[in-house]
Amino acid sequence: MESRDVPCPFCGCLCDDVFVTVENNRIIGVENCCTLGNAKFLSKKRLKHPIMRKNGKWVEVTYEEAIDETARILSDAMRPLLYGWSGTIGEAQVVGVHLAEEIGALIDSTTSVCHNPSILAIQEVGHPGCTLGQVKNRADLVVYWGCNPIEAHPRHMSRYTTYADGYFIDNTASDRTVIVVDIRRSEGAKVADEFVQVKPGGDYLVLSALRAMVRGKSDVVPESVAGVKKVQLQRVADLMMKAKFGAVFFGLGITMSRGKYKNVRNAIELVSELNRRTKFTISAMRGHFNVYGFNEVLTWMAGYPFAVDFSRGIAFYNPGETTVIDLLERREPDACLVVASDPGAHFPKSTIEHMAAIPTVQIDPCVNATTALCQVQIPVAITGIEVAGTAYRMDGVPIRMKKVLETEFPTDQEILERIVIRIREIRADG
Amino acid sequence: MAEILLKNAYVIDPISGINGELMDIALSGSRIVEEASPKAEVIDCHGFLTLPGGIDSHTHYSGTKVNFGRYMSPEDMRAGRTARRGPMHITSGYSVPTTYGNSYRYSALGYTTLVEGAMAPLEARHTHEEFKFTPLQDSFANTLFDGNWGMLRALEDNDIKHAAAIIAWTLSAVKGFAIKLTNPGGTEAWGFGKNVSCINQTIPTFDLTPADIIKGAIRANELLHLPHSVHLHCNNLGTPGNFTCTLGTFGHVPDLNDKRQSLYATHVQFHSYGGSGWGDFCSKSEPVAKMVNLRPQIVIDMGQVMFGRTTTMTADGPMEFNLYRLHHDKWSNHDIELETGSGIIPVNYRKKNLVNSIMWAIGLELALLVENPWQCMLTTDNPNGAPFVKYPEIIALLMSKRYRDAEFATIHQDTEKRVPLPAIDRELDWHEIAVMTRAGQAKALGIIDIGKGYLSPGAEGDIAIYPLRIDDIDPSADYEKVIKGFSQTEYTIKRGRVVSRRGDAIIDGENTTFWVKPKVPAAYDMQHDTAFQELFERYYSVRMSNYPVQEEYLHRNHCIETETDL
Repeated sequence: MESRDVPCPFCGCLCDDVFVTVENNRIIGVENCCTLGNAKFLSKKRLKHPIMRKNGKWVEVTYEEAIDETARILSDAMRPLLYGWSGTIGEAQVVGVHLAEEIGALIDSTTSVCHNPSILAIQEVGHPGCTLGQVKNRADLVVYWGCNPIEAHPRHMSRYTTYADGYFIDNTASDRTVIVVDIRRSEGAKVADEFVQVKPGGDYLVLSALRAMVRGKSDVVPESVAGVKKVQLQRVADLMMKAKFGAVFFGLGITMSRGKYKNVRNAIELVSELNRRTKFTISAMRGHFNVYGFNEVLTWMAGYPFAVDFSRGIAFYNPGETTVIDLLERREPDACLVVASDPGAHFPKSTIEHMAAIPTVQIDPCVNATTALCQVQIPVAITGIEVAGTAYRMDGVPIRMKKVLETEFPTDQEILERIVIRIREIRADG
Repeated sequence: MAEILLKNAYVIDPISGINGELMDIALSGSRIVEEASPKAEVIDCHGFLTLPGGIDSHTHYSGTKVNFGRYMSPEDMRAGRTARRGPMHITSGYSVPTTYGNSYRYSALGYTTLVEGAMAPLEARHTHEEFKFTPLQDSFANTLFDGNWGMLRALEDNDIKHAAAIIAWTLSAVKGFAIKLTNPGGTEAWGFGKNVSCINQTIPTFDLTPADIIKGAIRANELLHLPHSVHLHCNNLGTPGNFTCTLGTFGHVPDLNDKRQSLYATHVQFHSYGGSGWGDFCSKSEPVAKMVNLRPQIVIDMGQVMFGRTTTMTADGPMEFNLYRLHHDKWSNHDIELETGSGIIPVNYRKKNLVNSIMWAIGLELALLVENPWQCMLTTDNPNGAPFVKYPEIIALLMSKRYRDAEFATIHQDTEKRVPLPAIDRELDWHEIAVMTRAGQAKALGIIDIGKGYLSPGAEGDIAIYPLRIDDIDPSADYEKVIKGFSQTEYTIKRGRVVSRRGDAIIDGENTTFWVKPKVPAAYDMQHDTAFQELFERYYSVRMSNYPVQEEYLHRNHCIETETDL
C-alpha cells in the first residue's frame, strides 16, 4: 500500500509530501524525506511492554499496573512536574494540560531548553513573521543566523527558501541571496553568498551594529565588531535594505549563547526597523515536529506558551522560576511524568540526578537516555506513523499527521486519559 | 428529553414581533416548543428580562492571531486570572482571554452564538481546534479571501463564476461560514510591504482595484446563495479622512438580496474619520450614517472603542504596522501565503487622548444616527475597540443621554469641537437593544432559518434571562442598573440546557460549528481543476490533499448546503 502526502513527524519543517510504501504493516519505502525523517519512518527499535523497576530491577508489567503505579505516584505527589510534549499531537497535549490543572502540577515543554528565550523576546517586542510559503514565493534575501538548516532541518532550504520555486522568483539560483551568520563555517555556510563569521558570544554586538547601519548611523560602528569587518557589515546591511523581501531564520546559536533573549530581541528589532524601509520577517527554526503545537495548546488553554505552574489553582507563569531546569535545580518536584521527549539526553547533570532521585515515569515508544532515570516506562504508538492528530509547523500552520501503520500499542492520549481516570478513582477512595 | 418551562418571562423577541409580553416559554431537548409536559423543570422568570441568546456577529476569539495575542502578552494574561471552580477550568487573560475565559464570560453576558471575524483558510484547523474549547457558544467562521490568489486571478479575468467556484471550494474545505474581505488588495500588497490607499487604486501584483475585488466578491456571494453577505473590513482603516473611502465603497454596493443586506461592513467606527491628518482629525459619522440610512442593502457594526487597555488584532497587516509606528509598543505580524495577512499590537485608549476620545464618540454616533437598528449591530470588534465585557456599558450609553453626557465631561475637552455626539438626544429602547445584540445579527447573518435569534417554537433553545425588571427601570436615569443587569444573566440557556447561572458556567457544554457547502456542478468543482491544482502544487507550502479541515475537527456541526447559480 502506498500513502502520499504523509507529513513527517521529525522536525518543525513538517514536510507534508512524504511518500510511504507499506507492505504487511511495515514501512518498506520512504520517498521525498530527508535522512532524519527517513530514519524515523524506518526505525524498528521500540520497547515492547511497559516496564517498572522492582527491587532495583526492570520488570515487564501490564499496562494496567503501569498506569496504576503512575496514577499513584502523581496523586501522592505534592509538587508534580509534567514535562516534554513536543513529540506528540495536540490531542494528547490537551489531556496533559487538563491533567496538570486537575492535580495542580507544573507543566513545561522542551521549549524551555530551546526557544524559551525567543518567546521571552517576543513577549517584549512582538514577532514580525509569516508563513513559510510567503518566504518561498517572495523572499529575494534569506538570512540564516545561528542555525544550520542543512543538518538540523535538511529540507528547509529546498522546500521553503533558497532552492524553492517561488511565484515572484524567476530563477531561484540567481534571484535569491543567502546570508549565513554563524560562529563556524558550517555546511550551511558553504552555500551562502555571504558568510559572516562571528566570534562566539558576539551576536548581540553584530546585530546592534547592523541596526545602527540600517538607521543610517554607520559612523558609530567600529572597524571590527566581534570579529566581523565593518566593510562586510555594511555590505550585509546594504543587501538587507535593498531586498524586496528579506527573511531571517534563527536557531539556538543565538537563543542559547551569551545574551540569550537579548540576542533574539535585538534581531527582532533589526527586522522591525527594516520594515520601515522594505519587507522583512523573522522566524525561529523550531526543533521537534510539534514543539510549536504545545506552545499553541497551552496558550489557548492556560494563556502562556510554556512553563505554567497550576499549584496555586490559577495559571502562574514566571520563566526563571517555573521553567523546568530552574525547578529541578531547586529540587522541588517530588514526582515527574515525561511525555514524548528525552530530557535524560539533554538536561544538565544536576537536574537529571534529581529526576533519578524522585519517582519519574516516562511515556515513550522507545528506550532512551531518560529510561535510565525512570521508575516506570509506558510504551506507546508512534505519533505521525501509527497515530493521526494535529501538529503545528514552525510557522504556526497546523497540519494533520497521518496514520500509515496499524498498531496494537495504545496512544499517548489513551494512556494519559487512563491515568486521569485512575487518579480520580484513587482520590475518590480517599 | 429534558424539558424546561420558563414561567412569567418578560419577553422581547423582535423577530417574532414580541415587544415586552409576559409569557411562558417551553423547551424540549434543544428546541423551543409549543408546550412542555408536567415533568418539565420550571424556572420562575418573574421580573426578568428574557431575550434570545446574544449573537456576536464580529468578534475575534479563536485561531492563530487570537492565540498569538495571548502568546505575546503575559501582562494581559495576568490581568484576568480565575481559578478552577466547579466545572469551570482556570482562565487567564483580560482583553484576549483563554478559550474557556471567552466562553464563560460571554455566557455570563447571555451570549450563545459567536462569529469569528477573520479565519485564514490555511490555518483554519487552528480556529476549529479553539472552537472545541469554547464550549458554551455556537461558532461560525468568517473566512478571509481579500488576498486569495485563485479568486484574484479569476476576478482579473472577469470570470465571476470561476471566482465563486474557488470561494465555494475553499469555504467547504476549511469549514467556513462567510466571505470576509479585510482591506481587500491591501493585504496582498503588504506581502511586499506596501498598501493601497484608495478603492480605485490598482494593487501592485494583480490588475485589480479594491473596488473590483469588493464588487466581484459580492456578486460571487449571491451566485452561491450564501446565508450571510460579504463581510467587509474596508480599506484605509484608522486613517484620517478615510470616510470618503467608506462612502465610495458603500456607493458600489448593489441591492441583490431581498432577505438580507448585500454587504456587511464591520467596525465602521474605524472607517468614519474626517480630517487630513491627526491635527484636524474629526468625526464623519453623520455622512456615513446618512449613507447607511439611504441604502437598506448595507448593514454595519459599530466597532465601539471603550477606554482602557486592550489588544488590537486584524488580518489588516499594513494597518497594524502603521499603528505600531504610532504607539512604538510591541508589534507582531503574520502574513499568510496566497491568502491574507495579520498583525497584532497592544493599545491603551485614553480619555486624555483627543483622537481616542473622538473614536469613542464616533462609535456611539453611528449607533444613534443609523435610524434602523436592524442596520447597525452592537460590537467592539472584540478585542480591537474594547474587550466584549464592556458591552453592558455600551448598551447603557446608547440608552441614556445623561450617561453619555456624564462620560463626555471626563474626556478630552477639545472633543466637543470635533464630534456631533453632544447634540444627539436619541436614547435607544430595550427593543432596539435586543435588535442590535441578537435579532438583527441573526437576520444579517442569515441564520434565522436555522433557528437563531428568536424564541418561537422551532427555534434553538438559546435564551438569555437578565435580572432586569423593565417596568421599574428608567434606563435614561438608572444607567448603573442597566449595566449591572446586562453584566450577568440570571440564567443563560444554550441548546435547551442552563449553562450559566449568575455568572458561573455550570456545565461543560459542547458547541456546534456551522459551516457552508455550496452545491457546485461538476464543471465548477475546483477539486479537479488543473490550474487550481497547479496553484497548490507550485506555490502553497502544504499539499492540496492536506489543506482541507478534516471531519475530525468538527465534532458537533451543522452543514448549511446552498443551491448555487453556477
